[in-house]
Amino acid sequence: MRLNVDRLTALAVLAPSVILLAIFVYGFIGQTFYIATTNWQGLGMGDISSIGLRNFEQLFIGSGLPFFRFREALVNTVVFTVLFIAACLSLGLLFAILLDQRIRAEALFRTIFLFPMALSFVVTGTVWRWLFSPRSGLNTLPALFGGAPLPPDQWAWFTDRRQLFTFTWADASRLVLIAIIVGLLAFAVFSATRRRPVQALIAGMIGLSLIGWVFLGGVFEALGNVVRPAHGVNLAMFSIVIAAAWQMSGYTMAMYLAALRGIPEELREAARVDGCNELQVYRYVVLPLLRPITFSAMIILGHISLKIFDLIYVMAGGDNLRVDVPGIHMYLTAFRGNNFALGAAIAIIMLLLVACVIVPYLVNVFRTEVRR
Amino acid sequence: MTASALRRRAARVLQRRSLTRLAVYATLIFWAIIYLTPIYLVLNTSLKPRAEVSLDRVWAPPRQVSVDAFIAAVEKLSPNFANSVILTVPATLLSAIIGSLNGYVLSKWRFRGANIIFPLMLFGMFIPYQSILIPLFQLMRELRLAGTLWSLILTHVVYGLPITTLIFRNYYAEIPDELIEAGQIDGASFFKLYTQVVFPLSLPGFVVVIIWQFTQIWNEYLFAVTLADPVTQPITVALSQLAGGQAIDFSLQMAGSFLTALPTLFVYILLGRYFIRGLLAGSVKG
Repeated sequence: MRLNVDRLTALAVLAPSVILLAIFVYGFIGQTFYIATTNWQGLGMGDISSIGLRNFEQLFIGSGLPFFRFREALVNTVVFTVLFIAACLSLGLLFAILLDQRIRAEALFRTIFLFPMALSFVVTGTVWRWLFSPRSGLNTLPALFGGAPLPPDQWAWFTDRRQLFTFTWADASRLVLIAIIVGLLAFAVFSATRRRPVQALIAGMIGLSLIGWVFLGGVFEALGNVVRPAHGVNLAMFSIVIAAAWQMSGYTMAMYLAALRGIPEELREAARVDGCNELQVYRYVVLPLLRPITFSAMIILGHISLKIFDLIYVMAGGDNLRVDVPGIHMYLTAFRGNNFALGAAIAIIMLLLVACVIVPYLVNVFRTEVRR
Repeated sequence: MTASALRRRAARVLQRRSLTRLAVYATLIFWAIIYLTPIYLVLNTSLKPRAEVSLDRVWAPPRQVSVDAFIAAVEKLSPNFANSVILTVPATLLSAIIGSLNGYVLSKWRFRGANIIFPLMLFGMFIPYQSILIPLFQLMRELRLAGTLWSLILTHVVYGLPITTLIFRNYYAEIPDELIEAGQIDGASFFKLYTQVVFPLSLPGFVVVIIWQFTQIWNEYLFAVTLADPVTQPITVALSQLAGGQAIDFSLQMAGSFLTALPTLFVYILLGRYFIRGLLAGSVKG
């Protein structure tokens, strides 16, 4: 009897949190999606009407600055994500391995590499804007040693206008679409051979319906009409990556360091007895054991970089197209331009991108937990 | 092998080893200098009188140390600093307490469906907050909370629940179930078990969660810039607007950055160990 009352109490204690999150997360996402399917602009919600998925379509193939800007932001996010993850993983691994060599003052070095994690992205942005400001900052560092300052037009950092590997939106998105379809179908075949019929069926269905949509829906033709070419890897983005990696590489270092400390010394000793030198011990014993950590770190860093907003907004301002990202574009569109419908559509696309990374991860984590 | 050959070989190995160690230390020091460079520039710039912040003397140490920039920053930012304190302290404590109760339920009172509800709750800490920002803004206006610190407190408590629940759930998983069962046999109720058994063991968990939430809420920008009005602006928003003026006053900006960073840096240096634990808990596997 007592136990039943307690069971109910337990549920009653959890209930408010569950209800709040149901409203504030899922209810609000639903509301945002609804707003994205309307033409709501301005403050009043007086005469809004539904326009279906028009906003999404416009973002991907529409002509006009807000739509071009969205696509530029999307390209920038991909570039940023790749560079940011690569920088954080390599620096974090380097620091962790160095700190694992039983060195003196380890705590001091650890503190130095990790303290930027305690700062706000706003502080990081303010400080690095000063460091990267073309007429002062890092460019004038040679002056301290009696040299000439670096020329600001060559070393423009986040104000740099130059692009590498330019391509058109049509080409890029055709390539991505084909890659997704091929990937899905390959995954379906792979699942079928591994006797996972449900997985195979779902992947196959999505892949086939994408093919249908692309060829019957005239997607490639529509893409061909997209004006404004020239997207690319913007040099300005590298400055943002440096600042972001300065702040977040300590995080990967902490993850790797915790993992390194978890590897039993006997394992390394055994490898040494078998004739491995120190490098080989890392190559064949330690690094393979770090792989799951690398995977987790990629997920965490990836979802941070897909939603990045404050660092770039503060560092480069909101109107530098070369370093624009969807997080900034959404905020400005909705809360400065009062175009809530388009802002909501951008937000939903951001959510989908993050969900692609996070949902499989969560499913994976909880599946193994249940098995345990 | 003769004794002298052995000795020579040992010397060679030792030499190689000390060379490696030298390389290790050299690399560490090199990177440490790079990581500290921004701090040097912040202090260097903010301690110069405004007239001395010229483009050719950015890196040179101040000829004359002045705390004018700090005084100006404190004058300008102290209302915002106070806002941040008023908002961060209750939001941190509330989300920690609720998270602790949730963690207690999820780890010691497992019920059917918990394995579905918990991941669904957890998803809330990964979403880009842009995807809930417009409805949130609408709701706060309808509740007549827009522009108040209450709106930010409520927001931070709700969106803090996934991570605080997660940390406490994993933390309480370490408390043996037998302890709870023994209490139940003695007739202790749900709340009695919490206050007498679970809570007294929770201190380290609370330290981790409070530090994590404090840092997150203090440093947050998107909610703050959307929901606060000019009077209730937290310090991060005020700092970002220091840069917006006509003549860019770098010494003021740097002093302001230092001021904004001070509380979280202080906590980090004092309680870094717990900070790292919160950091690692964020990667779900606890």
